[in-house]
Amino acid sequence: MDISFTLNGRETAVDVPPATLLVELLRERLGLTGTHVGCDTSQCGACVVHVDGRSVKSCTMLAVSADGCAVTTVEGLSPDGRTLHPMQQAFRDCHGLQCGFCTPGMMMSATDFAASHPAPTEAEVRHWLEGNICRCTGYQNIVKSVIAGAAAMHQGTEA
Amino acid sequence: MAEVVGIGAAPRRKEDFRFVTGRGNYVADIVRPGMAFGAFLRSVHAHAEIGAVDTAAAAAMPGVRAVFTGADMAADGVGGLPVGWGIVGRDGLPMKEPPHPALAVGKVRYVGDAVAFVVADTLEAARAAAEAIVVDYRPLPAVVDMAAALTPGSPLVFDDVPGNLCCDWELGDAIAVDKAFAKAAHVARLKLVNNRLIGNPMEPRAAIGEYNAGTGQYTLWTTSQFPHVVRLLMGEFVLHIPQHRLRVVAPDVGGGFGVKQFHYAEEAVVTWAAGKLACPVKWVCERSEGFISDAHGRDHVTEAALALDAEGRFLGMKVETLANMGGYLSTFGPNIPTNLYAPLLSGVYTTPAIHCSVKVVFTNTVPVDAYRGAGRPEATFVVERLVDVAAIEMGIDKAEIRRRNMIPAEAYPYQTPVLVEYDSGNPRACLDRVVELADVAGFPARREASAKAGKYRGLGFSTYVEACGLAPSRLAGQLGARGGLYESATVRVHPTGQVTVLIGTHNHGQGHETTFAQIVSDKLGVPFDQVDIVFGDTDKVQFGMGTYGSRSLVVGGAALSKASDKVILKARKIAAHLLEAAEQDVVFENGKASVAGTDRAKTFAEIAGAAYVPHNYPLETLEPGLEEQAYYDPVNFTYPGGAHVAEVEIDPETGVVTLAAYTAVDDVGTVINPMIVEGQIHGGIIQGVGQALFEHGVYDPDSGQLLSGSFMDYCMPRADDLPKMTTTTQSTQCAHTPMGVKGCGECGTIGSPAAVINAVVDALAPLGVKHVDMPASPGRIWHLMRNAGLAQAAE
Ligand code: FES
Ligand code: FES
Repeated sequence: MDISFTLNGRETAVDVPPATLLVELLRERLGLTGTHVGCDTSQCGACVVHVDGRSVKSCTMLAVSADGCAVTTVEGLSPDGRTLHPMQQAFRDCHGLQCGFCTPGMMMSATDFAASHPAPTEAEVRHWLEGNICRCTGYQNIVKSVIAGAAAMHQGTEA
Repeated sequence: MAEVVGIGAAPRRKEDFRFVTGRGNYVADIVRPGMAFGAFLRSVHAHAEIGAVDTAAAAAMPGVRAVFTGADMAADGVGGLPVGWGIVGRDGLPMKEPPHPALAVGKVRYVGDAVAFVVADTLEAARAAAEAIVVDYRPLPAVVDMAAALTPGSPLVFDDVPGNLCCDWELGDAIAVDKAFAKAAHVARLKLVNNRLIGNPMEPRAAIGEYNAGTGQYTLWTTSQFPHVVRLLMGEFVLHIPQHRLRVVAPDVGGGFGVKQFHYAEEAVVTWAAGKLACPVKWVCERSEGFISDAHGRDHVTEAALALDAEGRFLGMKVETLANMGGYLSTFGPNIPTNLYAPLLSGVYTTPAIHCSVKVVFTNTVPVDAYRGAGRPEATFVVERLVDVAAIEMGIDKAEIRRRNMIPAEAYPYQTPVLVEYDSGNPRACLDRVVELADVAGFPARREASAKAGKYRGLGFSTYVEACGLAPSRLAGQLGARGGLYESATVRVHPTGQVTVLIGTHNHGQGHETTFAQIVSDKLGVPFDQVDIVFGDTDKVQFGMGTYGSRSLVVGGAALSKASDKVILKARKIAAHLLEAAEQDVVFENGKASVAGTDRAKTFAEIAGAAYVPHNYPLETLEPGLEEQAYYDPVNFTYPGGAHVAEVEIDPETGVVTLAAYTAVDDVGTVINPMIVEGQIHGGIIQGVGQALFEHGVYDPDSGQLLSGSFMDYCMPRADDLPKMTTTTQSTQCAHTPMGVKGCGECGTIGSPAAVINAVVDALAPLGVKHVDMPASPGRIWHLMRNAGLAQAAE
């Protein structure tokens, strides 16, 4: 099936078999390997991307459903790939990652959350991240990163 | 950072930029020209004879390039997977070591045992063809429980291993222990289970094999913690490829925790298949496939007893353990519940007599091997649970009984009755500190507040010591290691003064690229951003034993430190020539070599330049170039230790245990990067909490099916299950490593299960509960509380 969508700000048109998952399209066809696959039961969140600004598990969505949507992956988080998005910077500053495998999904999930939560509590962050598994960090520094990242995303925007 | 960043600083990690921008390079991300895709057909039976395997229909499916079976590999002379340690039983006989073919031959021995491998143009085609293979299984009765496996008449996993007993092993002085028990005023006894765990690093395993028919060179990309060891084991024993024709690359690896420190069948199969088909072959494990093919961890059943005098002093300890090996011996399997377990039963205590016997048992389950902590969490759990049982039974305060029996700081070095000599430590200081930090004094008030809210609250201690920094090769050899356990590092100084380090350890989350760069920056005075660390490629790095057992900084860091010292030595010689001074008058510090007492100096970059452009250079006595290599073999294990306190709250309505607080004080020796150490401890604690509260690899006793085979059934710790931890270090210096480091990767996992379970038992003590097996899941707690309530009502 022919579909077209905006991928990290660029118009993209592809012909995909209808059963292709969004994550397969991104990783295998389009070479965007920043989005990871950590499970086969929609549990781990390593595959989270944004579709029209909302975080979505790309292993759970068919590629064809992205037709006409705006998709952002971790590669699109920093507009130029050099200056980090505030959430990326926060993960780096707060040691919010170790092996880095869960990190793209964590950050994509966190940026969606932080967009509407400029000053989240620790409990709110922990609750939101329930669908993202990290085996390395024990989550403590991820929570810290998300709180710092949320604050940085909203810096200068308060009335 | 364009400046020197030394030991004790916490720079942002070098590796993070690629990870946060999605530019990590994991095996699953790699695409090779002309690559084909592989899928395994795995046994659905726990135990069955393999009759005919009909691959014709599968081989004829579109896009299928080949279907391979165990018979094909055997016919090609492929060997079995080797075991890296051989243990010897109490009868003086070596362990039973049955063959472990990469693809099953004759029988399948667990659900997940690989039977055939399909290579096709696409993954879909490979998977579809794997399903089209017809295997004539003749199912046999299976045994998954260790006690049952040892019972006469049990099904035999291997026909020539009677009683399924791989080895009956022991350590310690049984006679001394009997004497201690004979004079005891009190004996505390406990039967406990150390639950089977599935390590589940977030990146599933993956492997790509490639063969270059032009050069005869094989390459394997694999999710491994030790590429050089995979090259050695697979090349020499399995595929018979000479070492110089085999390259193994472990690029970015998404967590290991031990799961990726074995040589796996899949690595050999993809490499062999790539050679047969002359095309790269890629296999990526699915999570559900990983549950039944990644080596599992723990799985002990133990009976233990502690003899005490009337004052609560420990006189002797007796431990009998059954340890599950699963359906084959994995790379380090037999070493974990023996050499890495029994020597830690002394803990931080002065127990004078200890005896431990371990029956190492085959069952129809996934092979069991090291998982973060590997033997040491199991030992700590036995010791610290026993100590609590004794304290409760004797009416002694739980911190006090520990203090009374602790090795005093001045008694180090301390020889235990179970083989090891602790070089350094101060367990009392750790315990006192954690008591203060966890506000143990305020606990009664918190318990009362919980009670008012209808909840049970408990507090649990655990202390621990571990043996890590694996390992002194000679001692390891005496204990059965079949390889060395040193580490190597090369410090390559470029003509312009920047430095590339080639090191044999493997970074898969531990922050080596940062920590090791700090060591070099500190020693050579080179700016931190001018040092890069290369690892994980046997064609780049000289040799290495890899990363496991909290060894990277201890052994690898020591090699790096030694190699840096050699660079300094040569730099001083070069500088002496350039400065026309005597070598002994030249001092090297802060990145400069200067003549003592003068302002005449050469920078490190100037010296490097002279070494590579040797126009003015002592060529008669010194080789050009500035690159040094060191191998380091430690003289002893290192012994990190610490004291942890867990506080839990239990909801009697649901049985849910909430970890309310966790406090850890760890002695890890010198801290190079406190941010990274803290992260390691956090992650370790939560893996231990996972074992204590959530995680459980469960087999159906009749069918031998793994019942907890996905993230829906196997409960991984998640962010909302956990509190904010308080962690700190309270270190003594290691007496024998160059920088005084001890290692920190496993501390948390070793200390936490006992602390959490001691807290759970403490919470339920008013109901008469004396022990809770792991995981303390809601269902288990709810039943325990209900039964305890019924029992109390009946009294
Ligand atoms: S890959 Fe695990 S949730 Fe998508
Ligand atoms: S950083 Fe490794 S899984 Fe989260």
